[in-house]
Amino acid sequence: MNTVDNQLIASTTVAADYLREAEIAEIEHERTLYPDARAVGLEALKIVQKHRGWVSDESLQAVAEYLQLPIAELEGVATFFNLIYRRPVGKNVILYCNSVSCWIMGCEQVKDKIAGELGIGFGETTTDGDFTLIPVPCLGDCDRAPVMMVGPDQHRNLDRADLGAIFAQYREGREQDGR
Amino acid sequence: MVGNPLTRNIDLSRPPFDLAAYEAVDGYRGLHEIARGLEPGDVLDKVKDSGLKGRGGAGFPTGLKWSFVPMGEDAPRRKYFVVNADEMEPGTFKDRLLMEGDPHLLIDGMIIASYAIQANTAYIFLRGEYTESERILRKALAEAYERGYLGNNILDTGFDLDIILHTSAGRYICGEETALLNALEGKRANPRAKPPFPQVSGLWGKPTIVNNVETVCNLPGIMAWGIDWYRSLTKGNDHGTKLFGVSGKVRSPGCWELPLGTPIRELMEVYAGGMRDGLELKGFLPGGGSTDFMLPEHLDLNLDYDDIAGAGSRLATGTMIVLDNQTCPVGMIGNLMTFFSHESCGYCTPCRDGLPWVDEIFRAFEAGKGSHRDLAILEEHVDYLGPGKTFCALAPGATAPLGSGLRYFREDFERHISEQRCPYRQ
Repeated sequence: MNTVDNQLIASTTVAADYLREAEIAEIEHERTLYPDARAVGLEALKIVQKHRGWVSDESLQAVAEYLQLPIAELEGVATFFNLIYRRPVGKNVILYCNSVSCWIMGCEQVKDKIAGELGIGFGETTTDGDFTLIPVPCLGDCDRAPVMMVGPDQHRNLDRADLGAIFAQYREGREQDGR
Repeated sequence: MVGNPLTRNIDLSRPPFDLAAYEAVDGYRGLHEIARGLEPGDVLDKVKDSGLKGRGGAGFPTGLKWSFVPMGEDAPRRKYFVVNADEMEPGTFKDRLLMEGDPHLLIDGMIIASYAIQANTAYIFLRGEYTESERILRKALAEAYERGYLGNNILDTGFDLDIILHTSAGRYICGEETALLNALEGKRANPRAKPPFPQVSGLWGKPTIVNNVETVCNLPGIMAWGIDWYRSLTKGNDHGTKLFGVSGKVRSPGCWELPLGTPIRELMEVYAGGMRDGLELKGFLPGGGSTDFMLPEHLDLNLDYDDIAGAGSRLATGTMIVLDNQTCPVGMIGNLMTFFSHESCGYCTPCRDGLPWVDEIFRAFEAGKGSHRDLAILEEHVDYLGPGKTFCALAPGATAPLGSGLRYFREDFERHISEQRCPYRQ
């Protein structure tokens, strides 16, 4: 999935038609917020990821060309930040807190339950492509540990939560927007 | 008088105050003072005199930090004010409360700080995962623009200020202020060499102040009710109130605003309700994952920068992580070492190579394969990764729970070796 495509590296004019109108509009908005293109680069990767789920080699090259940034530099940035996904992820990314307060409150046992529920461990995606499980540093909700995020939503007190019910909401494609 | 200036408007059972409601309870008074002619130097003096110290962990005097920014005719025309809202210190959950509970308090404080250093652009560097904070802050920022409190020529003062909400793409190291600036510039978030300090050459080479969310939230109160009031809040040596949190197996984990100088015992036993039934307090990290362990014998010390330093630790973020007598201290420290090892930016060798080595040894202890030689290697790393030996404070932060843990919980390490297993596991 993530292998280097020699043809792609050799080509220099991929970007022109690659980025969609909506992506370009958002990237151009970011340009108004930062004084140089390099800062926009990281934002553009986030924008492309928002629209396409992850940042493929093609996306990375398109962004680099569009903003006239060295592709290697942008790749260096893309691989540094853990919320930029350089490999495909499932429809919903589970950011699972495994930092110290959650650890004390039993996040390892909850993680075993998630493995039972979804059949995946860290870095893996369910076969139906619905979920990817990724560890994340402290999510800043330590008085309600253990916690995780599914997509944009925080879920707390997981030791007494019905995990199956939580995941089912996302399976049916219903985003939790009752806030 | 107001005794809880940081949290007085916070009630998580309802949406946060909008601009009108916030303003009705003495909000944005600093801005109105500025509109009446208060000079940047006056604001700086007030903040200096208040004795406010940074609430992000280091505890550096805020006014002093600001005073290093070049001012006057010859100063660079472009300057930046940046809020560090990259809350990611393990066990720390205070800035989220402020941003989600009272967003205008932060914006109010940002206007005051930006005016004091004459910055016309301010960024909020927010953790990408804090989606709810983002939603709430965006709404509040839109209100402030609409009301004319942000933008050009604010209230006819001739002062312009734009606040840009930047959501980060992850990594703990971004909390380090120079790494944060690199991330904001779209670079890999390696820390920068100091000097030059950001106050002189920061974001895009311009004078820049980076302050923590909670620090900034102290400013509106100082401007509204003055220095005498602010200094009267404390019970100890340091001024003001602070957010204190407790997590772990206590009866009522949570986060509260208390006067600095409150006894630790009061926080642990009255606010957090003491340990859960059947458990005893074995130790605690007083201010997040990068602080030295403290013991039950330290409970009668006060929540004060100097008091905690006297016990060999740091108040830092003020959010305590409690270790009970049925949780393995070796496992807890091992969890922290995994975290620090993951989050090393990889720039300097001791941190990049030392932390994974330390982490690997903890995995060996976990698996019942720890040895006395391993213990000696861990001891050495407390020195090798300590202050002054690495490029930034990340690895020294890791040595805080490591070194103090080896000292205080030696017996637990020894039992892992002699029993060839974790004695806490059933």
